[in-house]
Amino acid sequence: MTEYQNIFTQVQVEGPAEWGMDNENDLASERIVTPGFSRLVGWVGNAQLGPIYLGWTGMISLATGALAIFIIGLNMLAQVGWSIPEFLRQGFWLALEPPSPEYGLTIPPLNDGGWYIIASLFLLVAVCTWWLRTYLLAEQHKMGKHVAWAFASAIWLFLVLGLFRPILMGSWSEAVPYGIFPHLDWTTAFSIRYGNLYYNPFHGLSIVFLYGSVLLFAMHGATILAVSRFGGDRELEQIVDRGTASERAALFWRWTMGFNATMEGIHRWAWWFAVLTPITGGIGILLTGTVVDNWFIWAQEHHFAPMYDGSYGYEAYGTYEAFIGRE
Amino acid sequence: MFKWFDKWTRENPVDIERPAILVGVAGAAVLAAVSVVALGQPFKTDSLQTGPRGNGMSVPEFVSDLAVPDPAIAELFDDPPYVPEEGEELAGDIYQNVQVLGELTDANFNRLMAAMTRWVAPEQGCAYCHGDGDLETYGEDNLYTKVVARRMIEMTRNINENWDGHVNANKTVGVTCMTCHRGQNVPSDIWFKMGEVNMAAAGWSAVQNRVTPLTSYTSLPTDALEKYLLDGDLIGVHDLESRVAARPGDEGVPTIQDAERTYALMNYVANSLGVNCTFCHNTRAFYDGGQVTPQWATESLGIQMVLELNNDYLVPLAEVLPEDRLGPVAGDAPKAACRTCHKGYQQPLQGTNVIADWPELATSEAPDYGQ
Repeated sequence: MTEYQNIFTQVQVEGPAEWGMDNENDLASERIVTPGFSRLVGWVGNAQLGPIYLGWTGMISLATGALAIFIIGLNMLAQVGWSIPEFLRQGFWLALEPPSPEYGLTIPPLNDGGWYIIASLFLLVAVCTWWLRTYLLAEQHKMGKHVAWAFASAIWLFLVLGLFRPILMGSWSEAVPYGIFPHLDWTTAFSIRYGNLYYNPFHGLSIVFLYGSVLLFAMHGATILAVSRFGGDRELEQIVDRGTASERAALFWRWTMGFNATMEGIHRWAWWFAVLTPITGGIGILLTGTVVDNWFIWAQEHHFAPMYDGSYGYEAYGTYEAFIGRE
Repeated sequence: MFKWFDKWTRENPVDIERPAILVGVAGAAVLAAVSVVALGQPFKTDSLQTGPRGNGMSVPEFVSDLAVPDPAIAELFDDPPYVPEEGEELAGDIYQNVQVLGELTDANFNRLMAAMTRWVAPEQGCAYCHGDGDLETYGEDNLYTKVVARRMIEMTRNINENWDGHVNANKTVGVTCMTCHRGQNVPSDIWFKMGEVNMAAAGWSAVQNRVTPLTSYTSLPTDALEKYLLDGDLIGVHDLESRVAARPGDEGVPTIQDAERTYALMNYVANSLGVNCTFCHNTRAFYDGGQVTPQWATESLGIQMVLELNNDYLVPLAEVLPEDRLGPVAGDAPKAACRTCHKGYQQPLQGTNVIADWPELATSEAPDYGQ
């Protein structure tokens, strides 16, 4: 019984390496790397590693992505005078920043945002070709394009932040810096500059879908693990020939909250919640600074930021002397 | 030896691990609960309410920290003034070259001189400003320290006289040399221009994203103090209407980068005073003057005060200061900001009245001895 109550996957079936289909479209010809097995990888996923299909999209994506990363990294290294110890020490602080505001949408000097534009261009190509790869591979596998469209929703947010909004604002300086802490600074400053992003309804929607995704993920993962002793993790078989695992899972939720998703429907819930998170977030970002410049005032104008009645109750605040015990 | 025991154990298998874990966990929990109740919660906090009820505006502190007063308070000393008598001779008539304290009686003049020694140069003594010569040479202005000290007396008087609204906002506390110096020749927590901190970069890329004390160890812009507390740039970044026609890069239109710089200044202020954002702001609308706390007004005056101190008093001293007292990057004079006086406390020296014994420093006119 306890074999089902483990953090990692316990049962690892290992046979000859599985090579996948080779029925049409030369699916196998571009597949590289001799497959191997890893017990460690098997704990968290399929124990088989490789083969991998790169194709022209994969190769362009990896090459341009690597270029972008190198440009960002070498700029950071140059900022600390090519000192590896300083690079490691200040790594979380360093960044490749977008151009200064005075350059607008023109091409800035390399040391003031020029490298940023070049890195962004390569990153754009890398992300778009990787998207194309998810689309084409799904097509070749005769799958639906759900993964590609879900990835596209993330790319939408990425493009809003780095391309659409800066163009609408008329300045590349509006883009997000490439750095660990600096991109967080940008996020805070963005919210503060535009009068508190928490009053942006699309920001609120995005949070709803983000937290909703987390909740759905936890519910679904827990449900399937809980019925895996009845074969519940074999979802395909359960959809075709609904067995006791699906029935139990469904009954559990119906008796708990009066409603249950289906073996298929739960994945629609999860997909839509996940996809709507960046879609709504992207809309919120795109409206900020272009349509609305102060979200708090906007919220007051639309009557959902309450005003205080004016009684601040100063007398209840207490004094500094009392606070530090020096009355 | 204990065959009967082994036999009994074999014949009566008992799961001992589970009860042991249960008893251990439960026992530890009971022990922890009893210790907290009996010995008290070691990380207890207290908080100072700063806004309307229910919106979470407060400044929290550990009770253990609140219990320890600022150690610098113990270094303060009583030194009441001598009430001048009619016709007493004044320092300006007795000594040579007394430019700022000439209207003091001899007793009060020497009392203040002695106090300044303890505040600023306890190790070097009188010689720090007056040199090693005899008393007759004390009128000379050969040492830069004396020229600086004279200007600092004028500055102290200016603060007490004209920046009453900041310094004495809550009650009369005043400032003396001790407020900043604390027994050191050069006060702690002064600041210099940092210049461009990143190599191979220009513009905004060059003045941020480094670990520095002035940015409170964040990656925010490093020139915040220089722009706001020396150049007097506009701190606010908000539009006061929900929609305005403006583009980043236009003259006077704050950018996200400006917002980061303002955030850097605010981080500095909050850390200098040991407070958080809600000490001055209702964080739902940082900019809104209708929702700020009373401290916001005190703080705004403080920023204006620091601007004046830096520009009128401290920056011009670069001409007289020796090179080793100037900034390492720009060769600029040491400058003041919030932390130079506050040193991490809401009020410097936790709101101790330091001016009571020093009417000479409270005004640039004739001191009021309460006669």
